[in-house]
Order: sequence, then C-alpha cells, then structure tokens
Amino acid sequence: MAFILVPLIRMMTAPSFEGLKGAAKDRDVIKAIWLSIYTAGLASLIAFLFGTPFAYLLARKNFPGKKLVESIVDLPIVIPHPVVGIAILGVVGKNCWFGKILYEMGIRMMGSVAGIVTVLTFVGMPFYINTVKNGFESISPRLENVSRSLGASLISTFFRITFPLAGRSILVGIIMCCARCISEFGAVVIVAYHPMIAPVLIYERFEAYGLKYSQPVAVLLVLICLILFLFLRILSMPKKKKI
Amino acid sequence: MIKIENLSINLAEFSLKDISLSIARGEYFALLGPTGAGKTVLLEAMVGLVPVESGKILVDGRDVSDLAPEKRGIGIVYQDSCLFPHMTVLENIRYGLHFKKIDGNETKNRLNRLLNQLELNQLTKRMTINLSGGELQRVALARALMVNPAVLLLDEPLSALDPNFRGEIQSLLHKLHQDTDTTFLMVTHDFNEVLSLAGRAAVMNHGSIEQVGDVSEIFQKPRSSFVADFVGMKNIFPVNYQGTSARLGNIELELGRNGKDSEGYLAIRPEDIVISKEKLSSSIRNSFKGIVLKILKQGFHYEITLKAGGIIFTALVTKSALFELGLKEGKPAYLSFKATAIHTF
Repeated sequence: MAFILVPLIRMMTAPSFEGLKGAAKDRDVIKAIWLSIYTAGLASLIAFLFGTPFAYLLARKNFPGKKLVESIVDLPIVIPHPVVGIAILGVVGKNCWFGKILYEMGIRMMGSVAGIVTVLTFVGMPFYINTVKNGFESISPRLENVSRSLGASLISTFFRITFPLAGRSILVGIIMCCARCISEFGAVVIVAYHPMIAPVLIYERFEAYGLKYSQPVAVLLVLICLILFLFLRILSMPKKKKI
Repeated sequence: MIKIENLSINLAEFSLKDISLSIARGEYFALLGPTGAGKTVLLEAMVGLVPVESGKILVDGRDVSDLAPEKRGIGIVYQDSCLFPHMTVLENIRYGLHFKKIDGNETKNRLNRLLNQLELNQLTKRMTINLSGGELQRVALARALMVNPAVLLLDEPLSALDPNFRGEIQSLLHKLHQDTDTTFLMVTHDFNEVLSLAGRAAVMNHGSIEQVGDVSEIFQKPRSSFVADFVGMKNIFPVNYQGTSARLGNIELELGRNGKDSEGYLAIRPEDIVISKEKLSSSIRNSFKGIVLKILKQGFHYEITLKAGGIIFTALVTKSALFELGLKEGKPAYLSFKATAIHTF
C-alpha cells in the first residue's frame, strides 16, 4: 500500500495552490485534459459498438481457433506501448496501401485526433472485450433459451434479456477501457505528438521546464479523472433490490 | 401432438441415435433415464437449441426441424426456473406477449386464469429475487403457459424444490395439464412424479430410447435388463427358458406361461418376494429355502439379502415382519414369489 500511496500523495501535495490555480487557467492544459477525456470517450464508444457483439460471440460460441483469437485480443496488453504506435503508423502511413486509401479520402492519421482515437481504441479494446465477455458468460444461456421459446428472436432476446443483464459489465468495461486510454502515452506520442493529450503535455513540460512545472498538470489530470471514474463507478454499482 | 422421426444428433461430447417418439396432443409424457442418457439434449433439440443431424420433429403435423426456436410453438421450463431477474413477476409472465399477437380479451382472461390457478395475484409486482423456490417455479409455469404453446417441455421441474414445495407444484402441474390442451413432456428422475403425473413414458439410455409405453407397463413389464434395473428391479438374472419354466442356477422357476426365448433375463421386484420361516402352503409355486446373508436398514424397510440355490436374491420386509420372523444373518429362511411377479425379457 505504502509503495503505491507514498509517490502519489507526494505528487498530489507537492504543487502549491497557486500553481494548481495557474494550471487550471492555462488554456493549453485545459485543452490537453479535455482532448484526453474526449478521445478516450470516443475510443470507448468504438469499443462498445464493435466490442460488444464480438465479446458476445466469444462468450457464447465455441469455434476452432477460439483460443488463438482470444490471445490476439489480449496482444495489445503485452506489446510495449511505442511498438503499438509504430505498428499503427506502419498501417496508416503513406507507404502502406491502407494509409494511401485513407490519404486519398482526406483522412489524416499522423498528428490528428483520428490518429489518437485509433491508437487508444487499439490499447483499450482488450480491456473492454475481456470485461464484457466475462459479463456475458455469467448470464445463463438458459435465460436466452427460455426467451427464444417464448417467441423472441435472437436479436430481441439480446436486447431484452442479455444486454440489460450485462449492463453493469458493459459499464465496467467502458470504465476499464476509458481508464486505459487516459493513461496511454507511449503509443500516442509516436502517432500524434500534436494535438497534445494530457500525458504528452505533462511529458513535454517535464522535459522543457522540469518536475515543478509538470506536477500541477499531473495533479489536475488525476483529480479530474478521479471525479469522472468515481461517478462512473457509482453508476455501475448494483442497484438496491426492491422488495 | 409431437412426433419425432429417426432423430439423430451429433454433438462433440454427446450423440442421440435414431430417436422415434410420438406423443398425442394433450398427453402428459415422462422422459426417464440416468444422468447423461440424453434427455436434456433431446428436449433442447425439440426447442431448436441443438442442431439436428438427421430426422424430423413434427408439431401438430408441421415439420419444425429447421425452424428457429421462436417459431416452433414449444415452451420450456427448466428446473432452476430461469426467470428474468431484471423484470417483475408480471413482466416475466407477460414476456411472451411482446412477440405473439393475441386478442386483448383473451390475454386478460388467460392472465387472470393463470394468476388465480397458480396463486400469483399477490406477487405480480415483486422482483423475482425475493421469491421462494415454489413461487419461482409457479411463475415459470405461468410465463410458459401464457403463450399457450402446443408442447410444454419440463426439464426436471421439481428437482430443485424442497419436499414441501414439490408436492404443491406436482398437484399444480396435474391441474394445469387437465385445464389445457397443451402436451406436457417432463424429464424426471423421480418415479413418484412419473407415477402420479404421467400417462406414458420413455426410458432413455446412452442416447437412444430403450422402452416406450404406459407408465405401469414400464414399471411392471420392463423390456430390457437396463430398464428393469433403472426402474428399481433388483433381482435381475440371466436364465434359460424351458417351456413354462426357467432354470436359474440350481433352481427351477415356474413362470405360468411360455418364456420368451431360449435364453434371456428375468426380474423380480424385491417387494414381491415373501419371506417366511416355513415353506408357504399356499398357491405360490416358487418357494425356496435359503440363508439370510445380510440385513440392511433402508428407511422404513429392511433389505434382506438371501442365497438360495446358488442365487442371491434381495427382498424387502417391514420392521415388524423382521422381528416376527426372527430373521438373523446366517439363519435359514424361505423366499417365495408368484409366477406373475416374474418379469421376463
């Protein structure tokens, strides 16, 4: 506990109130924190839209090569972060056919919000898929069987039974994905140094001005994230049972 | 009615072989068999949750083998109720109405009838998490019957209940079945349930059907040594038939009728064997002297193991009979049974 708490408490108490106030008024800081939250939210939304059916498939169906697919889903967790950035750059860069198509469509990945969201989705997706998959697995398939036998189609059953029952897992999955996205630095810095997300700004301030100038921004980011995640955690708490 | 024609299912871990079964509309049919016999797989194949390799499933003459579960008109009630935990009792019962167009008045009448019959009027607004085992199963039954399925499959509906709830749901099932024209097909391990509820039954083993027939026929005239053993016949022996008698070890049994084949099996229920100190001077023709090997308490009865003519028999006696006869291990006793108590197959 001390190992985790001491550095954090030291960092949180280091900046003066004036320093924090200054950081809170700094437009660049506000912009970077907002961009961090905004891109992490977008990445989580993409994870929700594409990850939910995929997690359901993994939870309910057995198919040859399923273990391999699950390992591939976990891969972004173990790859060093700069390698993720380099890998994505290799695909969306102009030297790759996919990058050329994007370029012709006018979509820029290097140094853009789209690039940041792509990287964040890549690193956040495994956290979402694994959490939601566990949620789906905890719902008895028999509930779905009964629903089908009562006349509901597969889609109706998913939206009326499975999805509401997995709601808490989905929210926890979004929190996990969002948290992972906000903490990402190594992969983003390779694909998009600008526009600056908060971790990149903190790194830049540390490099250019030293510890004292980077700390207030870091504290501000931690405080805002704490409030945000606390709110989401309260939302995802099991409801009190009605009698 | 439901008709299954040469149904085969091949799952990685289990298979059903050439199942044929015909159950009339409105019938109460029981599916018996040991764990792993394939009963639940057969039920899930009927509902459409397990892919069929070959054969047909017909509901009221309509081939439903390739239809999605929601289009088959077959309901299912599992042993653990499987109520939707995020809905109230009433929402659970009305769930099927979202997908079936039923006239408003008819819906109202049916709902009221089911709520009354199953005594659920006080529970409609409750969440299912607060219900007792018996209440859960009553809601599950109401939910399944609300859409008036052609066939209702009951997968061990009483096995998860306390004994006091079991009797209650058992009599409700009997009443519900009498009030509807829905065909009931129940999987169970409990012979009491079969005897008190079902008219006909099938016994399954290793993915195929061993015997189909009236419940009394299955219990009294098992057609294979497996069925005999499964329905609780303890004295099952391989025999050589010779006309109206059968040779069993050193003793000759009088059948009172011609045996089936030259070789086969016979079975005698333990409760059909009469134990006495002296040879019985009655019409019972099969009476043999033996030695009591073991006396074992079995609930309210005692199970007596005797050896006669080199064959080991099992008989049941009451506690009072045990003391009146003075039965003791290692002491001689007579065992007798009527020719009609001998089941041949």
